Amino acid sequence: MTERLDLPGAEWRGVSRKYTIVEAVGLLITGIVLTVATSIPTVLTGIQWLAVIPVSLGIIFIINIALTPRRVRAIGYMLREDDLVFRRGLMFRRVVAVPYGRMQLVDINRGPLDRAVGLSELKFVTAAASTGVVIPGLPEQDAEELRDRLVALAESRRAGL
Amino acid sequence: MSDPRDPFDPGEPGVPLEPGVPLEPGEPLGPVELNVPESARRLADGEWHRLHPATPFLRGGIAFVAIIGVIVVNARDVFLDVIFGGGSRELRFFERFAESSLLILAILAVVVILLLSVGGFYLSWRMHTFRITDELVEVRSGILFRTNRRGRLDRIQGINISRPFLARLFGAAKLEVNVAGQDANVELAYLGSKGADDLRLAILQLASGTRAAEAAAIAGPAALPGVGGLVESRVNELLAPELDPNTAPPESIVRIGIPRLIGSLLLSGPTVFAILAAIGIITTVITTGDVGWIFIILPGFLGLAGYLGSRLTRSLRYSIASTADGIRVGYGLLSTTNETLPPGRIHAVEVSQPLMWRPAGWWEIKINTASQAASSSSATAKTTLLPVGDMADVHRVLQLILPSLADAKSRELLECGLAAGAHDDDYVTSPKRAAWLRWFSWRRNGFVLISDAVALRKGAIWRSLVLVPQARMQSVSMNEGPLLRRMGLAELRIHTVAGPISATIGALDRDDVVRFFDEVEHAAVHAAGVDTSHRWRSTGANTESPAPTTPEGQA
Repeated sequence: MTERLDLPGAEWRGVSRKYTIVEAVGLLITGIVLTVATSIPTVLTGIQWLAVIPVSLGIIFIINIALTPRRVRAIGYMLREDDLVFRRGLMFRRVVAVPYGRMQLVDINRGPLDRAVGLSELKFVTAAASTGVVIPGLPEQDAEELRDRLVALAESRRAGL
Repeated sequence: MSDPRDPFDPGEPGVPLEPGVPLEPGEPLGPVELNVPESARRLADGEWHRLHPATPFLRGGIAFVAIIGVIVVNARDVFLDVIFGGGSRELRFFERFAESSLLILAILAVVVILLLSVGGFYLSWRMHTFRITDELVEVRSGILFRTNRRGRLDRIQGINISRPFLARLFGAAKLEVNVAGQDANVELAYLGSKGADDLRLAILQLASGTRAAEAAAIAGPAALPGVGGLVESRVNELLAPELDPNTAPPESIVRIGIPRLIGSLLLSGPTVFAILAAIGIITTVITTGDVGWIFIILPGFLGLAGYLGSRLTRSLRYSIASTADGIRVGYGLLSTTNETLPPGRIHAVEVSQPLMWRPAGWWEIKINTASQAASSSSATAKTTLLPVGDMADVHRVLQLILPSLADAKSRELLECGLAAGAHDDDYVTSPKRAAWLRWFSWRRNGFVLISDAVALRKGAIWRSLVLVPQARMQSVSMNEGPLLRRMGLAELRIHTVAGPISATIGALDRDDVVRFFDEVEHAAVHAAGVDTSHRWRSTGANTESPAPTTPEGQA
């Protein structure tokens, strides 16, 4: 397999390793709930082949959890002179560049799992819904600094819609 | 709150005086000197004004007509029975009803309901006020539940004047100020027809950042038409072209002939599908001998007829012209609409050609704008800039909406973008190995930077060319999945505001995509820095724009 899509000579800033825990626990919970839910028909009816669904679901989730550390390492962002570049994805790689002037607002979200390990998620919103820049797994302090920095940068490069 | 002035006599709501033409002179003008007729300047003076007196009637127009229709039909039956002595059971019921004491009660109830609704209409009209200042346009309405809506003038995405048929008869028009966002329009319904055009000019001038020195006020005070002149002026308005000859160059740059319009509709996808369905059904009927099959497709055909009819009347009298304050597009035969798009409000353009239109050489132009209508039918109308046109029309319209593409080099690239097949041109196209993913179009599938726009050329069967002005791009991304990676390909996406066009091009060589990604991003940053189109007339305006808070919430 060839190397993944990337920008040449880019210096990515990664996200906190602790985000691996958040991702893995989240996947684990979803996986257990789905596996249990789909195994109900098998248990109730006793039809053996219906067990294929929960078993395959369980395998998919186990592979996914095993890949979590690599997936978290693949997340990266970069503050360049005029734009924010964000990268994520292992199988489906996506690299987005957003000029600072395009910022409409910055959101900081903390889920319950994020809060437990002291992480935040930063969302950069533009006028286009498809931009979709969400940087997960930032330590709270970093997230707030990054937000203030982005707002200041956007202020100095304001553009219309 | 200032007291809304009352320029017309509320006792005679049927007399369609021009609203907002107050008779008392000598109001102070705003800091921006407007080069518009007196009536519009009055409306745009920052004070609260009321709408056209016929507004409640026009808003509830259809219900009103329906109720009258029901009453007339019933009354006719009773009337005929009385004349011809039918003496039906229904009539006897009425007689018995009249003899009983219930009659008085019924009449009383009707009168009370009438009075209440008239009172309600009057109140709602009195409470519905608007004002236009140099900064914003604001509307307040509602009796029990008050709404207050503001739009910032420098965030205007377009101003739309529509005249439904009923409103046209009353000489009224609806003015919609579209600001960025989902269904974020400030609606002034209804205004006097002539006043609406002038008011639009006034709003656009306020929004454009025209300063006092530039304007020299013209136009004396508008004289109120007498009753004799009223009918004449109504008729003139009905016959008048959708574009005001004083404010726009009189001739539209594109004319759509009736034959071309009908041809384009007949060759459009839905029609072709319907014809195929009809053939299928007729064959079934002939082979099985069961006529009942016809009724299965009948509803579909009625729907199609309605769709084609509405598209036809909407595209009739189509006109597009350039004005100082943007592009003006007008259309409609009975209910007319005309919209002004200020410069720099078009976020993406797509020139496309459905398969069936190819022999005729027709093209369609669609656009993405930041304001979106909620209803899908008005959204289609708003996003279709040119319903059908030949190559020359396409070039004329593109020149209007993207004036920077007027030079010879850009024109050549545009022509390459629209031409059939593969050529040795400046477009960077998919490599041969992408033929697995783009069977017919891999030679055509490509991109190029034209002047200050990005061009994406796609499709061999359904040909299209997507143009995104760099100053309007929101962000750019490149994507790849497992399959594309194995083939050394990638996809490029340019994010614009939501609309019918998605600027995506797939199955391109990976190195090309990475290079183009960088190029586009730098171009976008540069273009956004020098763009001043939100205050398009104030040359060298500072590039700062106010905080993106439009539309402001309901109070």
